[in-house]
Amino acid sequence: MSSDRDSILSRVRSALAPLPERAALPDWERELVIMRNARGAVDAVALFSERLVLVNGTPLTSAADLVALLEKNGWRRGYCDPALWPGLQAAFPATFTVETLFDRSRVDDYQFGITAAAGGIAETGTVILTDGGTSRRLAALAPWVHVAVLSRRTIFVDVPEAVAALGSDPNIIWCTGPSKTADVEGILIEGVHGPGIQVALLVD
Amino acid sequence: MKFQQIDQFAANLRADTRESVHSGSKAGHEKRTSVLFDHYADPNRLRQIAGEIKQHVVENLDTYLPAVEARLQANGVIVHWASTAEAANEAVYSILQARGAKKMVKAKTMVSEETELGHFLEKRGIECVETDLGEFIIQIDGDHPSHIVKPIIHKNRREIATSFERHGLGAYNDDPETITRRARAHLRHKYLEADVGLTGANFVVAESGRIVLVTNEGNSRFCLAATKCHIAMIGIEKILPRDRDLGLLLNLLARSGTGQQLTVYTEFIRGPKAAPQEDGPEETHVVFVDNGRSEVLASDCREILRCIRCGACLNVCPVYRQASGHAYRSVYPGPVGAVLSPLLAGKQFPELADLPKASSLCGACNEVCPVNIPIPDLLLRLREKGKREGSEAAAAATPPMGAWSVMATQPAAWKLAMFGGKIMNVLPAKYIPVPALQAWQAKRTLPAWRGGAFRSWLRTRAQPAADVRSAKSEG
Repeated sequence: MSSDRDSILSRVRSALAPLPERAALPDWERELVIMRNARGAVDAVALFSERLVLVNGTPLTSAADLVALLEKNGWRRGYCDPALWPGLQAAFPATFTVETLFDRSRVDDYQFGITAAAGGIAETGTVILTDGGTSRRLAALAPWVHVAVLSRRTIFVDVPEAVAALGSDPNIIWCTGPSKTADVEGILIEGVHGPGIQVALLVD
Repeated sequence: MKFQQIDQFAANLRADTRESVHSGSKAGHEKRTSVLFDHYADPNRLRQIAGEIKQHVVENLDTYLPAVEARLQANGVIVHWASTAEAANEAVYSILQARGAKKMVKAKTMVSEETELGHFLEKRGIECVETDLGEFIIQIDGDHPSHIVKPIIHKNRREIATSFERHGLGAYNDDPETITRRARAHLRHKYLEADVGLTGANFVVAESGRIVLVTNEGNSRFCLAATKCHIAMIGIEKILPRDRDLGLLLNLLARSGTGQQLTVYTEFIRGPKAAPQEDGPEETHVVFVDNGRSEVLASDCREILRCIRCGACLNVCPVYRQASGHAYRSVYPGPVGAVLSPLLAGKQFPELADLPKASSLCGACNEVCPVNIPIPDLLLRLREKGKREGSEAAAAATPPMGAWSVMATQPAAWKLAMFGGKIMNVLPAKYIPVPALQAWQAKRTLPAWRGGAFRSWLRTRAQPAADVRSAKSEG
C-alpha cells in the first residue's frame, strides 16, 4: 500500500513538473451565492418555514400541532430523544407509545422519531443534525416520520453561513425535506430509505 | 467506410429507450437552467469561479494529496492508496477481511463502477448490495448504469416491475410508489445486517479533512447509521481546498445535477462516530484511487479532472439524448465520458478513440458545466491524439479528406465535382459508390444539390460589390 502511495505521488509530481505555472486559488465573495430573493433583511424563521414547505417538509410550531398530525395519520408508536421527552410528554395522550430507547432490531416498530436538530438553514429549508446533538442517527432516519426539534435561534440564513459554522462534530448531516427519488421514469417518490415525512418543530 | 460505433448503437436503439433517455435528460436540463437563472443574478460567474478553484486543485495535487492525507489521519481516518482498479478492490477486500466482514452495503459511487468492485467482492464470497434505488435495479438486472446521476434513465416502469417480480420482490406491479416501497422494505434490513458501508465522496476538503457525500434517497446515510465500518473510495481529484468552497460547489452541484437547491441529504464526515452517539462507524477508511488519473493529469486534457459528476453535460447533449449512455461503452457516458473514458482507458485508448468524435462540438456541454470544463476543446485534442496514434476506431466514418483537398485546390477537379454532384439529384444515393454519402443517407436526407450556385451568384453581383468598395475608399 505504501508503495502505491509513493508511486501515485511520484506520478502526480512528474505530471505537474512541466507546468510553467500553477493556477492560483481564487477568492470569492459570499455575495456571489446569495440568492436573488434572499437579498436584504431576512426573517430567517419565516423564510425557513416557507422553504421547508417548498421541499415538501412540514414546519410546525407547537407540540399540540405535532400530536394532531400524528393522530390524524394513526402514527402512534415512536421514539423520542430522552432529553426532549420531558418537555413534550404532556402533549401526548396515553394512546401513544413513545420509547426513549431506540431498538435497532425493531426499526419498523417506530412510525416516528423525534430528535433534536442542531440548527437549520433558512434559504433551503434544511435541518442540521449532528452526532453531538442528535441522540440516534437511526431514529432520525428509519421511521416514516422524522421530527426535528429546532430552536428558532439556531437558523442560519444561507448555505455559506451554515458551512462556516460546521465546526468539529465528527458527523453532520443536512436534511432538506423528505428522502426522495426520481429514478423510476423521473417520477418523484418520497420516503425511499429515510423518512417520507420531514417535520421541523420550531421551538424558542 | 465503417459507421461510427455510437451512430450504429443509436440507429439500433429501441424507440422506447430513446424516448426515456431523451425526455429524462431534456427535463433535467430544463430544470437545471430555470433553477440556476431564477436563483442567481450571474450563474455563469459561479461556474467560472468553481472551475478556477478545481483547476487550482488539479494543478496542485502534489501538495494537496499529502495535506489531505495528514488531515484525515489527524481526524482518525485510516488512509489507503490504490494505483489501479485491482489495488483499490484489494484494499477494500483486505479491510473487510480484517474485520471478518461478509456483508457490505454500498451507496452509489462512480469510482467503484470503474473498478467493478461489486463483482470483485462477490467472487470472494462477500454479499455486496447496491442501495441506491436505480443502482439496485441495475444490480438485480445485471445491467450497467447509463447516466451518472440517473442510472436507470434507460428503463421504464414495466421493465423494472418485471425485474422485481423475477427477483422475488412481490407480484408484478409497475406503480413507481409500490416499487419504491418494496425496495425500502427489502433494503433496510440489508443495511442493518451489513458489517460495512461503502460510499464514494463528492468532495474531500483539504483544510478540514471533511468527506462530503450527497444523496437524495438517504441511502448513504443509512449505510453510515447502520454499519460499524465506513469505507469511502475517492478519486484523487476530489479535493476542495477550503470548507468555504463547499458553499459554492454544493449550491452548483445540486442545481446542475437535479435542479434542486440542495440535495436532500448532505453529509459531512470527519471520522468515526464519537460518544454518546450509538449509531455509526467506529472505523473510517478512505481509499484514494488513481486508476489512470495521474496519466490524465500528465496529458493536455487535465481540465477534465475538475469534473464533479453532476451529469448536466449528459442532459444537454444532443448526441447523448439520441444514443443513450450505453452507446459510450464505458462507465462515464456523455460528453464528460467522451473525454474521460478514453483517457482512463490507458493502453486501451485506441478502442475508445471514436468517443471524442461523438459530438457536433456545439459547445452546450461547456456552457452548462458547473466547473466550466472546455469539453469541446478537449474533444478536439483527443481526436488529434486518436488520429496520431492511428486508431481504427478514431478513423471510422471520417470523410475522405485527401480527395477533398485535391478537389479544393485544383479548379478543374472542383468543376468536375460540382457537375458530378448534380447526379445526386437524379440517382438514388444507394447507387452512388461514395461511402460517406451512403452513411449519411442511411439515416438522413440530403437537401437537393445546388453545387456551383454560389459562384454563378458571385459573378452576377461582381459589379455592385466593386462599387461599394470604391465608394468606401473615396469616403
